[in-house]
Amino acid sequence: MPTKDTATTPRLEVRKTYKLYIGGAFPRSESGRSYVVNNAKGKFLANASQASRKDARDAVVAARKAFGGWHARTAYNRGQVLYRIAEVMEGRHQQFSAEVAAGEGLSISKARAVVDASIDRWVWYAGWADKLAQVVGSSNPVAGPYFDFSLPEATGVVAVLAPQDSSLLGLTSVIAPAIVSGNTVVAVSSYERPLPAVTLGEVMATSDVPGGVVNLLTGSASEIGPWLASHDDVNAIDLCGITSDDEARDLEIAAAGNLKRVRRPAEEDWSADQGLSRLTQYLELKTVWHPIGV
Amino acid sequence: MTTLDSGVDSLADVTSSEDRLRRFLLGLPGVDQVGAEARAATLGTRSIKTSAKQYALDLAIQMIDLTTLEGQDTPGKVRALCAKAKRPDPADPTAPQVAAVCVYPDLVATAKRELQGTGINVASVATAFPSGRSSLAIKIQDTKDAVASGADEVDMVIDRGAFLSGRYAMVFDEIAAIREAAGDAHLKVILETGELVTYDNVRRASWLAMLAGADFIKTSTGKVSPAATLPVTLVMLEAVRDYHEATGLHIGVKPAGGIRTAKDAIKYLVTVNETAGPDWLDPELFRFGASSLLNDLLMQRTKLATGHYPGPDYFTLD
Amino acid sequence: MSRFEYAPAPESRAIVDIKSSYGLFVNGQFVEATDGKPFKTVSPASEEVLAEVSEAGPADVDKAVRAARKAFDKVWGPMSGKDRAKYLFRIARLIQERSRELAVLESLDNGKPIRESRDVDIPLVAAHFFYYAGWADKLEYAGVGDDPQPWGVAGQVIPWNFPMLMLAWKIAPALAAGNTVVLKPAETTPLTALAFAEICQQADLPPGVVNIVTGAGRTGQALVEHPDVDKVAFTGSTDVGRATAKSVAGTRKAVTLELGGKAANIVFEDAPIDQTIEGIVNGIFFNQGHVCCAGSRLLVQESVYDEVLARLKRRMGTLRVGDPLDKNTDIGAINSAAQLAKIRELSQIGEDEGAERWSPECELPANGYWFPPTVFTGVSQAHRIAREEIFGPVLSVLTFRTPAEAVEKANNTPFGLSAGIWTEKGSRILWMANQLRAGVVWANTFNRFDPTSPFGGYKESGYGREGGRHGLEAYLAH
Repeated sequence: MPTKDTATTPRLEVRKTYKLYIGGAFPRSESGRSYVVNNAKGKFLANASQASRKDARDAVVAARKAFGGWHARTAYNRGQVLYRIAEVMEGRHQQFSAEVAAGEGLSISKARAVVDASIDRWVWYAGWADKLAQVVGSSNPVAGPYFDFSLPEATGVVAVLAPQDSSLLGLTSVIAPAIVSGNTVVAVSSYERPLPAVTLGEVMATSDVPGGVVNLLTGSASEIGPWLASHDDVNAIDLCGITSDDEARDLEIAAAGNLKRVRRPAEEDWSADQGLSRLTQYLELKTVWHPIGV
Repeated sequence: MTTLDSGVDSLADVTSSEDRLRRFLLGLPGVDQVGAEARAATLGTRSIKTSAKQYALDLAIQMIDLTTLEGQDTPGKVRALCAKAKRPDPADPTAPQVAAVCVYPDLVATAKRELQGTGINVASVATAFPSGRSSLAIKIQDTKDAVASGADEVDMVIDRGAFLSGRYAMVFDEIAAIREAAGDAHLKVILETGELVTYDNVRRASWLAMLAGADFIKTSTGKVSPAATLPVTLVMLEAVRDYHEATGLHIGVKPAGGIRTAKDAIKYLVTVNETAGPDWLDPELFRFGASSLLNDLLMQRTKLATGHYPGPDYFTLD
Repeated sequence: MSRFEYAPAPESRAIVDIKSSYGLFVNGQFVEATDGKPFKTVSPASEEVLAEVSEAGPADVDKAVRAARKAFDKVWGPMSGKDRAKYLFRIARLIQERSRELAVLESLDNGKPIRESRDVDIPLVAAHFFYYAGWADKLEYAGVGDDPQPWGVAGQVIPWNFPMLMLAWKIAPALAAGNTVVLKPAETTPLTALAFAEICQQADLPPGVVNIVTGAGRTGQALVEHPDVDKVAFTGSTDVGRATAKSVAGTRKAVTLELGGKAANIVFEDAPIDQTIEGIVNGIFFNQGHVCCAGSRLLVQESVYDEVLARLKRRMGTLRVGDPLDKNTDIGAINSAAQLAKIRELSQIGEDEGAERWSPECELPANGYWFPPTVFTGVSQAHRIAREEIFGPVLSVLTFRTPAEAVEKANNTPFGLSAGIWTEKGSRILWMANQLRAGVVWANTFNRFDPTSPFGGYKESGYGREGGRHGLEAYLAH
């Protein structure tokens, strides 16, 4: 039985719990910790899960488990899945725009442009899936009766310490080039602006990306980074989100333990065309020799 | 590939020494994995409708070796299975009987009593099923026990360790010994293709088993994954077809494990039809080792008869 | 029932909505032709008239080219690669969404089995658009310079054997590179191209970027010879290809030609026999043998000749010929009465020249155009059925003794489109591939196509490549 005229009272919204995204599921941090996320003006937005080293460990296990299947898919299929991410993001455009605007302190129209660029970036990388080998692979005219060719292959599990400033476009620009070639990713989001990362995880979960291919941790890169940098089952690390030179050097030293491929932090213009460097960063080149004869 | 047409005389010859057997098996034509799987997938796209589906469903039921091979099996469970075998669909007496009930050796006598006079065979696994890791003496005794208890059919496992390490003569001799111990019982030789891994191995093991006296070659124990697959069964059907060309003998094929739906079963029947040929569309020459498959076949059968989808609650558990 | 007889399993026609008549697709709209007569397209499986289609005369072609020019100058040329990519992705998705409808339409109009249009043609069409969509914003990586530019207006003429797939091979790379197109589908198979026009509308593709003009040779000629066409792409017979090359002589038009073939499918004694038989069957009976790269000359090593032939004949006995819309059909209808007459004529010549003809028992439908799967043995290099493209389900079998002899025979043809090699020995595959003068060499497989893989011929099989990075080059001025 209706009791009140609802038109006079504004509807109370249902708020979202922001969780981690590991192995295709959305757990809270095993540590039970969370931290306050404020908008650019210091007003409370949400509590985010504060990922621990154990969450990072679980995420690496999930990423490793997903690697075989993801890497074995056809390039065509991976391209389609990345394109699907763009399609599903388009439907959440407003949500992303609001989160980017709040977190990065942008006007809503500027935030929209950032979301546009992020979606377009997924499309750009989606197209690379079945072209990468044609651009960076080769057939090698060795001086002898051998057929000799070189093919790029994904390196494995990539840890990404995502940029602190650009919480969606930057995040997209560091994850997409890693997974399009068949790597799987454990990413630590921007600490102060983690909300778009969580929403991106929700997009991943609904866009045919197999669980474990992308794992998203919210929390501190300084806290989790050393565990990922020294983890022997991680093959590469992107230090993009590390702002201190000393910290970056220490992480690079830790990464040397199992000779991870390291991408050092550098000035980045996330709105610019990205080129091939992030794509090729996480590729191994395999050369095959085969005799030619009757 | 010249070996396949070489005829009966030379086939007898190939088993005359370990070296010849080995050379024969290694000289069999290769199986291209991609091509074999593509062929199986294409056969899997055949669309079997109406009258053809009716025929296929009933035939598939008649080809089932209704199976229970669990540590927790009891005489009570086996009796229930036998009741199901005799009258798969209590609501529909036109549903045909299955071909056989397949159990562990100690439950053969129970099954035999239940199935007396029904025409349904009792099959028993033997030879230290499923791993086969026992001495030959024990495997022979295991087989004799099963036969003495009344098994009409014996499902033996090959020594995959010996096969994978290239000791083909040992595998051959063991099959031959079990063949002898099984007496008049039908001998099904389980290759455990999931452990042989390559289609080349599946083809070699198929020939090895046929040369050693198998009446049937069977894919799997059901205890190893992957169990039966369509391409593996395709390669085995090609082997029995070629063996028939060479010797005039018909050897049966039994995929076992992992076939749970009527749709899958029909894909197998299509593959039989278009590979070994219509002769093999007969419970004497093709069987399914399965348990849950039966109810799905019955449900599809009911759907065809009534025009609507039935629910699982209307079919009996075994 | 004593045998497993497959009951009819027809794919429903209800999914397609064929109009009684179609205009031309010019500048984003269907328009009446102004200077041509309408013609009928029939289902080759029943001879039933499916629709009436407009014939574009020179004035219509001119309108289409003008529309394409305008779209190139004003919209498509200046557009960013990123946005061109998005349009192409949209088209790819629309094709996927309407895939069953397109497959049924293709099988109706062309006569090919639904199994092939559903599982091969249409999925490849979508894949081509996906692949080239991804190139549209990456042209600087294509290996043709830092700032590659489109030619402008592309005039494209395609054959009837893979109507929609050939459309995709032509249109996808052209648009990705920034060209606009005027495409003429074959007169016997215009319907999927016209459905594609609708897809362009659904994608909101700017008017004039894609124009479809229907008609026969005269229309094609008007298109190829139109002075404002910058790039000509033709797929079809070698004779028409030669005429096309002559008609563009002296102009600055860029040209690619994908023409006939008489491929050797070469079987060595160590081949994986069962898959080889499948490959031979797929090589010549896929799409009723209406395939320019069909493996129409089987070269078998003498040591395994008897076994290969026996197995091949047994396998041919299981081929199901009949209604293209039946999901269990392996071989459908011959595309036209004219093509059927040509196949019959060449087969008769084969017999007259002394080759031995064999077909499995198979009942052919009373109406429509049908030809049973056929194999000729005792064929020599001198026989016309070993030299001329039959473009039907007719296989000529020859033998060889050594790899060198196989190469000699395989290359002893004016064509050079494709070849097949069957052996388990890797080094021999590569040696043979080196020696064969053919644009595509399949090893232990046949008739495989992929948008990433360049396709095209040597010698009289044409020039230029379609597919892959190289297929993009054909549409870029460099």
